Amino acid sequence: MFSGLDATILARFQFAFTVSFHIIFPAFSIGLASYLAVLEGLWLRTGKEVYLRLFKFWVKIFALAFAMGVVSGIVMSYQFGTNWSVFSDKTGPILGPLMAYEVLTAFFLEAGFLGVMLFGMGRVSRPLHFAATLMVAVGTLLSATWILSVNSWMHTPAGYSINDAGQFVPEDWLAIVFNPSFPYRLLHMVLAAYLTTAFVVGAVGAFHLLRDRWNREARTMFSMAMWMAAIVAPLQVVAGDMHGLNTLEHQPAKVAAMEGHFETQEGAPLILFGLPDMEDEETTHRIEIPKLGSYILTHHWDGEVPGLKEFAPEDRPNAEIVFWTFRAMVGIGFLMVAMGLVSLWLRWRGRLYDTRAFHRAALAMGPSGFLAVLFGWVTTEVGRQPWTVHGLLRTSDSIAPVGAPAVGASLLAFIIVYFIIFGIGTWYILKLMSRGPEKDEDSDAAEAPIRSAGTTPAAGLAPDEMIEKPLEGGS
Amino acid sequence: MPDLPTIWAGLLALAVFIYVVLDGFDLGIGILYPFLDDKPQRDLAMNTVAPVWDGNETWLILGGGGLFAAFPLAYSIVMPALYAPFIAMILALVFRGVAFEFRWRDPAHERHWDRAFFWGSAVATFAQGIVLGAFVQGIEVEGRAYAGGWWDWLTPFSVTCGFALMAGYALLGAGWIILKTEGELRARAYRLARYAGAATFAFIGVVSLWTPLLSPEIAERWFTFPQLVFVLPVPTLVAILGGVLIWGAIFHNDYIIFPGTIALFALSYIGLGIGVAPYVVPRAVTIHEAAAPDSSLVFMLVGAVILLPMILAYTAWAYWIFRGKIDENSGYH
Ligand code: HDD
Ligand code: HEM
Ligand code: HEM
Repeated sequence: MFSGLDATILARFQFAFTVSFHIIFPAFSIGLASYLAVLEGLWLRTGKEVYLRLFKFWVKIFALAFAMGVVSGIVMSYQFGTNWSVFSDKTGPILGPLMAYEVLTAFFLEAGFLGVMLFGMGRVSRPLHFAATLMVAVGTLLSATWILSVNSWMHTPAGYSINDAGQFVPEDWLAIVFNPSFPYRLLHMVLAAYLTTAFVVGAVGAFHLLRDRWNREARTMFSMAMWMAAIVAPLQVVAGDMHGLNTLEHQPAKVAAMEGHFETQEGAPLILFGLPDMEDEETTHRIEIPKLGSYILTHHWDGEVPGLKEFAPEDRPNAEIVFWTFRAMVGIGFLMVAMGLVSLWLRWRGRLYDTRAFHRAALAMGPSGFLAVLFGWVTTEVGRQPWTVHGLLRTSDSIAPVGAPAVGASLLAFIIVYFIIFGIGTWYILKLMSRGPEKDEDSDAAEAPIRSAGTTPAAGLAPDEMIEKPLEGGS
Repeated sequence: MPDLPTIWAGLLALAVFIYVVLDGFDLGIGILYPFLDDKPQRDLAMNTVAPVWDGNETWLILGGGGLFAAFPLAYSIVMPALYAPFIAMILALVFRGVAFEFRWRDPAHERHWDRAFFWGSAVATFAQGIVLGAFVQGIEVEGRAYAGGWWDWLTPFSVTCGFALMAGYALLGAGWIILKTEGELRARAYRLARYAGAATFAFIGVVSLWTPLLSPEIAERWFTFPQLVFVLPVPTLVAILGGVLIWGAIFHNDYIIFPGTIALFALSYIGLGIGVAPYVVPRAVTIHEAAAPDSSLVFMLVGAVILLPMILAYTAWAYWIFRGKIDENSGYH
């Protein structure tokens, strides 16, 4: 199946494949962990049952997503050694400690409190349970912080020197951790995770509103999600813009590829669409807005914007890919902003819960966050090529001394296992989502005597938590 | 005062040992799964580990990540050398990990996920045993890279170690079930513990006799002064532990099997450590050759010293919350 490909290409594909699957789950679980903490906090404060029911509903979905995030993450951390051993040897003294800190501060925290969060209701007091939920949420954010520091260092290395063995060795840990692209990447990614979750929650809310517009839980989650969209989506556009300006400073070739510019120009146009061609070194069939490109990137109408021809052909990232993935991400970003604005308007008109067309749109936007995250990462990572450590270590010099058959065979195994396992897992999540909170909790109560486990903290709750939901909204 | 690489070698050895004990018992439960009666027993056995398995597995990430961080050269040699067993292990862990959740989500296919749980646990354990065996046996190195072939890890010795670890984990798993349950399931676990225990002791004997034959260097390490002082009492202690375990199994003392098995693992581990030190890739790369620069090791050590006690504390707290025997009827959900 993979004959004729060399080990480097296969290893790159394997990394891209496994990390793309992996990032889907963190993007969701980072946002969902925070959302669960908010729900539980609201329940403790207001005593409203609807928040508890939503918590119990989403915590089951969280457990599934989290389990898949964990197992796909373990694959990542071992892959550095199996496929990229030269990279590991050279960057280990710098990236290793950062990842060790991720394990020590984040993974243990998540794992340690997850059990209490999933199974501990009724075993510990309410404040303690809430504390556990908070710890899990904090853990996911810490994890994002460290791993993004690692990744950012590979894009904008700082605070290092190179020793006799060719290893990067630390000189200044603060400079390493807070390397130039890290703050922007962290902000952009955390907002991305929150948006991803918001649009999933919104889609589930919309789905149940389409079935029954008086559904109390559906209304609450839809409203919460649309607040997030209205507030966070515009912030994300600003964060993305800042991120891009920073990238222009440190990785100009990447920006040239994203913009589809081959010539360095003053007063460069913004190319909306076009077909970049790496061979012929030009972007054909352009639809462009004069001077806007310079304005966005330099904030001057006549600012100078570098083109790919500034860089030796072997140092250029592939514009044919990043040009499109970047536009896909940005396009989704603006769609998200639009959803947020429409939701504000509908809310103001008092029609948020009964505009069916809007609910359908929200349903369609459910997966948009995942897509934007994937497009964003592909832009970032393909745009870093041909380097693993930008400007210092080439991808082709990072590979392990592995044979193509070994990498090809493991790649095939990953593809088969991932599609089966994560396909089924996603199916289970969708099933839970379509059942919805209300029905689910009712049937849980009915099943209570026979069901002895799962992640449902059903039995053992205080009686007041079992109260029927108040009739509200006129059904 | 030992130097930084030595401290880190010690810390990593400790992390791996904690992993072996903690994930050992939940992998062991997976290995015993086919020998449990249907649904109720399996539900119960899984529930004894459901709240803690993720934390247990995190020690594996610390082991791998710690090796990457503290001894990057060793990490970059060992991983490609043991490519196939490592890939098999992580794929198996995928199956075992999701089975914890998927099993409850899909009653119609529960049996499939039971099978995934068993095979995932069994293959992961077997692969870990192979990794251990191949590691002790030695890895061919040239310059800064692995220089052996793709199948070097596959030898009678490493395969024996694979089965040995399965027996050992099964014994740990049985001990854990005994500790956490009552009635039928506990009785079953006692029976299983007998078989697993007999197999474990037999394997310990075989592997101990085999190891010094692998290379004269190991033999020399074991059988000269001052190591000999530590090696000599080991067989005696193992024999004593054997007696204790048999006693616990006969008189059904629930609190003997699990701690006794941990002690057994500790003894074997120490014997192994004496055979391997001061190498981090046996007989090719020493701890000092592979160590990251001191600035990396110090930076991490600060974190480890502060964070490890906290981790141990809240992990213990989580175990404490779910302490005691699981009630067969209600479960704690
Ligand atoms: C922006 C966030 C982010 C990014 C870019 C990555 N991860 Fe991740 N990872 C997480 C955020 C996260 C998380 C939110 O913390 C997860 C998801 C679900 C979970 O269990 O924790 C996680 C899980 C997770 C685990 C299992 C942890 C556990 O047992 O709890 C490992 C070993 C890794 N990751 C390793 C990696 C590596 C080597 C990556 C680089 C390619 C990577 N992750 C990218
Ligand atoms: C999690 C989301 C991520 C996605 C979707 C992603 C995507 C990709 C893609 C598509 C490639 C292949 C690029 C190419 O070969 O053209 C790649 C390569 C790579 N990325 Fe990422 N990446 C992510 C995060 C990370 C992180 C957090 C790290 C560092 C810890 C990282 C390190 C690498 C390495 C080492 C390679 C392999 C060498 C290379 O081809 O550059 N990536 N990634
Ligand atoms: C329209 C607004 C947006 C702009 C201007 C923007 C800009 C950027 C830029 C310039 C990069 C590449 C940075 C680099 O490689 O150095 C990037 C990466 C990325 N984007 Fe966006 N983005 C936008 C919207 C979004 C949205 C809506 C999401 C997800 C919900 C998203 C998720 C990501 C991710 C995950 C990455 C890769 C990680 C990183 O480098 O931060 N972006 N974005």
